[in-house]
Amino acid sequence: MTQQTHLTSEAPDTSTAPAPADPRLLTTAASPRGWLQALKRNLRGGELGPLPVIVGLILIAVVFQSMNDRFLSPQNLSNLTVQIAAIGLMTTGVIMVLLLGEIDLSVGSVAGLSAGVLGVLAVRYGVNEWLAILIAVVAGLLVGLLHGVIFAKVGVPAFVVTLAGLLGWQGLHLFLMGQDGSINTSPNGPIALLTQTYFVPLVGWGVVAIALACYLVSVLAAEAKRRRAGLPCKKAPEVALRTLLLALPLAGGAWVLNQYKGVPLAFLIFVGFVVSLDLVLRKTRYGRMVYAVGGNAEAARRAGINVDLIRVSVFAIASALASLGGIMLVSRNFAASVSTGAGEELMMAIAAAVIGGTSLFGGRGNAYSALLGGLVLGAISSGLLLLQMDTSVRFMITAAVLLVAVILDAASRRGRKTHARGGA
Amino acid sequence: MSTPVLELSGISKTFGAVRALSEVDFHVAPGEVVALLGDNGAGKSTLVKVIAGAHAADSGGTISWEGEPVSIDSPSDAQRLGIATIYQDLALCDNLDIVANLFLGNEELHFPGTLDEVAMESRARELLDSLSVRIPSLRVPVASLSGGQRQIIAIARSLLGQPRVVMLDEPTAALGVAQTAQVLDLIERLRDQGLGVVLISHNMADVRAVADRAVVLRLGRNAGDFPIAETSYEEIVAAITGAADNPVTRRSERADTPAAATKDH
Ligand SMILES: Nc1ncnc2c1ncn2[C@@H]1O[C@H](COP(=O)(O)OP(=O)(O)OP(=O)(O)O)[C@@H](O)[C@H]1O
Ligand SMILES: [Mg+2]
Repeated sequence: MTQQTHLTSEAPDTSTAPAPADPRLLTTAASPRGWLQALKRNLRGGELGPLPVIVGLILIAVVFQSMNDRFLSPQNLSNLTVQIAAIGLMTTGVIMVLLLGEIDLSVGSVAGLSAGVLGVLAVRYGVNEWLAILIAVVAGLLVGLLHGVIFAKVGVPAFVVTLAGLLGWQGLHLFLMGQDGSINTSPNGPIALLTQTYFVPLVGWGVVAIALACYLVSVLAAEAKRRRAGLPCKKAPEVALRTLLLALPLAGGAWVLNQYKGVPLAFLIFVGFVVSLDLVLRKTRYGRMVYAVGGNAEAARRAGINVDLIRVSVFAIASALASLGGIMLVSRNFAASVSTGAGEELMMAIAAAVIGGTSLFGGRGNAYSALLGGLVLGAISSGLLLLQMDTSVRFMITAAVLLVAVILDAASRRGRKTHARGGA
Repeated sequence: MSTPVLELSGISKTFGAVRALSEVDFHVAPGEVVALLGDNGAGKSTLVKVIAGAHAADSGGTISWEGEPVSIDSPSDAQRLGIATIYQDLALCDNLDIVANLFLGNEELHFPGTLDEVAMESRARELLDSLSVRIPSLRVPVASLSGGQRQIIAIARSLLGQPRVVMLDEPTAALGVAQTAQVLDLIERLRDQGLGVVLISHNMADVRAVADRAVVLRLGRNAGDFPIAETSYEEIVAAITGAADNPVTRRSERADTPAAATKDH
């Protein structure tokens, strides 16, 4: 029986002292030069991270601002953040599905269906608006469960299941709306307030301060724990730099939004979902399982992961998030109409996820793609609107941006492959 | 040799009309590397799957673990006993890093449901150090590892459950010379730590390098059990092919007389 303990507890003496770093491991010097070198290494290895999107955003800002100086005005930027919230919520759901290596073509129709359910319940039947919102989200959840079960248990490709959903739920949406082309919701009920509420400056600054404090405390705690365990950890200057890089956009955003009406509730809801999804994906066992199933479903199955359960749950969550997007659409238009979710929403939600950096090939990407991709698409449409350009131009430009994003995705995938081998 | 940790006797397995294993006996002791040899279709993988609980054996045979009769009806039965199996298709998640792959499905948690990355990374480091495996960073995706490193990660992954017997189905089949040597080193280290190792391989050089015994299967039956050190290459080949006059001996004779070789064509 003695040999049982050998493997982990009687490790050779190298483990008592922190093992010296492997000579093959290129270390990152804690200096701007070291960081730059590490960045270059990552780029060459196909780990692009959020860099292309951020460069794209800056480019868009510079171009549109030079053509119309209202583009970067607080009012325009504030409107932009409210505009992207609805499709952004749909994008967060799409991202989860893409991480599985699948696709959900029904998010637009599900958003529309939930909008219809909300309108019919709240206006035609006079149901309490909060309750109506809850029922609309649950409806979306059930739709997603159905998609997930047909996909995971019956084995129909997700593409087909959700294509049927795209048609079918739009049909049900039209059926629910009946004769009404559009149902106007109360202009000052909870539904409308979702996108009409702005917070006083103090709240915006408070949110920024709390977010930064949480970030700093959690990073410092994690690094301290790593140091105690003798694991490689980030040096203080790097932590400071990262905090600064986070503080700049947060503080800048709050400052700009406070110049107009304050931080909008809709944007806070959207960002809240993005951050929560990110934490779930990176820090929990569930998120690890989602990535594992997306990376290699067979490996996940052999590791004892209930692959079907993960798939069903992801489709359910995706549809519930699409419903939330639909509710935001109703809120912004003060109405649920037959065209809610039936237009470009699906395409834009998927495009935003990919532009934000989530791979179509599964297993790679993160929740922040929804925010970054949404900002890119929102900025393009807002800029073109200011320039009084037609939708036709917007579609073509969006298509070009999407293509660039997909090409980057494919190229970085190839980069990872060629840089992958020959380690030992 | 000490008493076997795992012993099978009279194991049969039929798939429909195919009798893949008939009355096979097999045993492995702690600290012993047993090579399981045989031609394609001899039943090696089937035997390994029976031991791993992936296939149920036909009734009639017995399996005993440390002298006690046991039944292995599912993979989790085998795992609970302490049998780890590394199949040839490694089943790693390329998009996840080494630590995540090592602990996949077995993550260490702190609050309900949240990952304890520090505990996992320390344990991974300890485990790999104990195997004298040097991998520069544990936080790179396994896609970036070499074939040998991937094989090593797959083996290390199975060791987290602290098994007593490790079975490897053709672990070096796709590897280069240096990487094969790494994996063979690892097998020796497992043996030195007192594990029983079952190694399926078609590569006689690997078998001679690390195995203590060779168990030969032919057409689903036992065809010999040889101590490697005292057995010649020809004897083992004869057992695998079932004849002293076999393609391998004929070929080596031809090589001895080049004229005959050209005439054959
Ligand atoms: N699931 C199965 N269903 C039906 N027949 C099977 C099954 N698995 C194996 N067999 C048969 O059992 C026999 C033994 O196969 P096995 O895979 O054990 O051979 P092997 O010794 O591992 O060969 P190789 O060296 O090619 O891997 C073969 O005739 C094969 O066709
Ligand atoms: Mg086989």
